[in-house]
Amino acid sequence: MPDLLDKRLVIVTGKGGVGKSTVALAMGLAAAAEGRRTIVCEVSSQEHTSQVFNRAEVGFHEVEMADNLWAISIDPDEAMREYLLLQLRVRAMRDLLYRSRIFGYLAAATPGLRELVTIGKIWEVALPDRKVKKGREYDLVIVDAPATGHGVAFLQTPRTFANIARVGPIKAQAEALETFLVNHRKTGVAIVALPEEMPVNETASLERTLTEDVGVAVDRVYMNALYPERFSAEENERLESLSANGNGAVRAACRAAISERRRAVAQRGQLARLTELVSAPVRTLPFMFEPELGVEEMQELAGVLD
Amino acid sequence: MAGVAELLEGKRVCICAGSGGVGKTTSSAAIAAGQAARGKRVAVLTIDPAKRLADSLGLPELGNEERQVDPGLFAEAGVETVGDGELWAMMLDAKATFDELVRRHAPDAETRDRILSNRIYQQLSNALAGSQEYMAMEKLFELYAEDRYDLLVLDTPPSRNALDFLEAPRRLMQFIEGRALQVFMKPTGLGMKVFGRGTSMMFSVLSRLTGVEVLEDLSEFFQAFSGMVGGFRERAKRVNELLANPETCFLVVCAPQGEPINEAVYFHRKLVEAELPFGGVIVNKVHYGTELPAYDGSLERELTEALRDEDLARRVIENFDDYRALAARDQRNIKRLTAEMRARLVIQVPYLDEDVHDLAGLMRINDYLFASGARERSVIAAEA
Repeated sequence: MPDLLDKRLVIVTGKGGVGKSTVALAMGLAAAAEGRRTIVCEVSSQEHTSQVFNRAEVGFHEVEMADNLWAISIDPDEAMREYLLLQLRVRAMRDLLYRSRIFGYLAAATPGLRELVTIGKIWEVALPDRKVKKGREYDLVIVDAPATGHGVAFLQTPRTFANIARVGPIKAQAEALETFLVNHRKTGVAIVALPEEMPVNETASLERTLTEDVGVAVDRVYMNALYPERFSAEENERLESLSANGNGAVRAACRAAISERRRAVAQRGQLARLTELVSAPVRTLPFMFEPELGVEEMQELAGVLD
Repeated sequence: MAGVAELLEGKRVCICAGSGGVGKTTSSAAIAAGQAARGKRVAVLTIDPAKRLADSLGLPELGNEERQVDPGLFAEAGVETVGDGELWAMMLDAKATFDELVRRHAPDAETRDRILSNRIYQQLSNALAGSQEYMAMEKLFELYAEDRYDLLVLDTPPSRNALDFLEAPRRLMQFIEGRALQVFMKPTGLGMKVFGRGTSMMFSVLSRLTGVEVLEDLSEFFQAFSGMVGGFRERAKRVNELLANPETCFLVVCAPQGEPINEAVYFHRKLVEAELPFGGVIVNKVHYGTELPAYDGSLERELTEALRDEDLARRVIENFDDYRALAARDQRNIKRLTAEMRARLVIQVPYLDEDVHDLAGLMRINDYLFASGARERSVIAAEA
């Protein structure tokens, strides 16, 4: 997937529970394996990456997880603090804002401000010429974005602020963020879906919203957790008849196989619908039968990610 | 063990909560359909664009108003109904609900128009902290107060954190009552007089960052809202009371993987801490261990002989092992969940082979949701 990994920023989004964090991390591992310095940014304090690596929570720090792979969890309050630090070079001014309770209330109450500073931080991490002191330069920044509904509002924040602020620094900065997000050469978007009715529908409408309303281009749709086609139709018939006559473990094993085939077939139907409904190329990721996904399984997914 | 019907006895509100992707919308619709079939007038409020679900309920599109599902559909799906139950459904539109709320609470037409036309309100009323969650409860409260239904089922908005929506009324109140509003309440120069010199300096620093225009727009936005504080406060208080009402029942919906189970455990704790009426947990997509018994070396031999195909037999066993591993995980997680819930209800719904997207499918799920006692054991055994 050179086209995708050649970007500076890739946003991974989709309906809740479809495996966005898994895909974001697998993509991070795939990029890192190619020698790209890669960072996975989480925005909802899930700490998925540190959990998979069995490490302490990373918080608002860029922590190396594996060769060429870093992780950060972006907390809006920390992002705001850092933003002020970078903007107000005069210490007295900074202190004045920090100490002001009114500012605290205002920052918390202003709609969209938390999202704006979060995107601002993502942008800062992706800059070749970092603003923070001794900031590391990354080749690729992968964002594990919020679920659909919140995700769209999240990505629209820079434009909203650019529209509201007619002049002034906020306008300039919001416009810079907006320009960065919709620059298709630099920024890619991947949507994660599941082979089920509702996730497929939602993926199709999400692609439309992202393209038409947010103005980003969708590069990939990943159909996640696809069951393997282990048994052919002919084999299935043999298993059906054996299950009808057999008993005990033989019957149970046949029934499990029949059930697997039924799901695999239904899922192929959903895969066909998805391919029909979306314009972006659709790629599949296998269902992992392992009870919990650890580093090994993530590496496996990274190996087949396309 | 009891089923959902027993749990909802004497309840008028059922709130289905849980993280995204665990089948919350399907569970909510199934519960509503099940209670309607039992002779209740039921409305289900969903926020998911469950288009095919709407289609299959004979509702071409769900809007911000409830619509009735054709009673004939129950007969078509082969569902026996008792009495004259009704099933209604609606899809929540947070923005439209927020607008309605503004219209209701605005002290005069001028304030109303100022808010509705304010650019910050227009662009961000959907993104406002917890607004979607709060609006879901607002609509719930409105329908509850109208008293036209025996039961309301709320499918809470999908969020990564199931707690978001519990916090929503409090967060909205913080926003409305908060100091930020008060700062802007005095039209004369951003509240400087109220808060003194420090604040005025703070604003001057702030305007360097944002530009004066943003502050003016914000000021306008907060000021317009300030006229509605009283109405909103009263309303939020009553919504909170409804949540704690003994006629309300919280059901936590989850899936049997580690993360959703952790969330369910956490959410249950928070509900108990907040003294909210917790009913039970629904675990969707469970791989039942009873269907997947242990086996010994003779299985491979028997399969190979019966199928006369060594390769197929090997694949059947490989698949069986995979399923058994999933079932073992599910049972382990559910055991942990059950221990945490103590005596509370944990209802398991199996991972069905086909997607559920019509009334017949919903009723199939109800065999599990509404099963109790011996019947529960029999439906579980029947799956084997």
